[in-house]
Amino acid sequence: MTVLEFSLLVWAGSVAAGFLGALTGLGGGVVLVPMLSLLLGVDIRYAIGASLVSVIATSSGAAAAYVREGFSNIRIGMFLEVATTLGALAGATLAVHISTRAISIVFGLVLIGSAFLSRRPRTKSERETPPDPFASRLRLNGSFPDVDGIRNYNVQRVPLGWTLMFGAGTLSGLLGIGSGAMKVLAMDQAMRIPFKVSTTTSNFMIGVTAAASAGVYLARGYIDPGLAMPVVLGVLAGSLLGTRVLVKAETKWLRRVFSMVIVVLGIEMLYKGLSGRI
Amino acid sequence: MASDRSWTDRRMDLIIGNLLRSGVLLSALVVLFGGVVYLVGHGESHTDYRVFRGEPSGLRSVGGILQDALAFNGTGIIQFGLLLLIATPVARVAFSIFGFAEEHDRLYVVVSSIVLLVLAYSLIGSMWSA
Repeated sequence: MTVLEFSLLVWAGSVAAGFLGALTGLGGGVVLVPMLSLLLGVDIRYAIGASLVSVIATSSGAAAAYVREGFSNIRIGMFLEVATTLGALAGATLAVHISTRAISIVFGLVLIGSAFLSRRPRTKSERETPPDPFASRLRLNGSFPDVDGIRNYNVQRVPLGWTLMFGAGTLSGLLGIGSGAMKVLAMDQAMRIPFKVSTTTSNFMIGVTAAASAGVYLARGYIDPGLAMPVVLGVLAGSLLGTRVLVKAETKWLRRVFSMVIVVLGIEMLYKGLSGRI
Repeated sequence: MASDRSWTDRRMDLIIGNLLRSGVLLSALVVLFGGVVYLVGHGESHTDYRVFRGEPSGLRSVGGILQDALAFNGTGIIQFGLLLLIATPVARVAFSIFGFAEEHDRLYVVVSSIVLLVLAYSLIGSMWSA
């Protein structure tokens, strides 16, 4: 394959990765890493470097729109980034001492299990909850433009959410990918934040988590310009499309897409753990 | 007061949104320009990413990348665009500190500062050790 053909192919795959990443709050790694490493035979280290770049591009590209339109909650994002960045440091330190294969398998099973939980829409009584005192003091409660008008929400179980976010950061430090899924699950399932706010706030956060580890990948030579160029340009185009769709989409439908994608991610994690690849 | 607060929050949303958009747009343009230079020079040659060789030292460090980009190498220009991309979320966190300070929200000035410190520590620390 010539460089031009290869670049066009990677660009097209990256458009799809950016689209799904912006829609689900997961970044593009779910699509990109298996595509590059299994389909195109790219060495896993180059694939991970490209995936990291794609996460930053999806996050910043889509967040620009989500923040401006009032979906992402900046306070929730900043408050939880303390947990994810500290967790990522812990994870990077732990990675030297423990088996990441076992963790991949456990994480894969957790994801497949969570897919069923996150499919179910919340009932009206589950939505209308009194505010958590922590959430009020931290000014986390907010509102967002739902399809049928502005909707207010109260954030629940802040300490649990924060702890899960620390875990999400640790996982990203250990495994490199998959932390977006944990972020969305922690906000949606534990903190009971509306689904669109959860995915768009996760999307807002993953760029920071990825930027924290970008230095080490760059210094180790994992980030190849020939590979990253079509990835960045494709992912950005895809993520802009994704934001257009999310704004108008029914939450029910977004939950379905999300749960399908995390089942695929779960299978990837099991494969990674069992085979030692990806 | 309540409406006042949401108004300043709204303003911060817009400023942060614009900051992210400018960062992404600028880095995409640089990557695109580098990509054109790279494809004109190498488009017809063959790729091989099967074996990991690691990038040459000129494309691994900030200094090396700047030198390579100034020498008008496609790969160096792309790498410089990627540095701008990596800097975008970092700049967003740094800006948030000022934004919250302007809102007199001390709690979130502290929260954002912690995030920036951890981020700086892991970015600088990792580049040094590797």
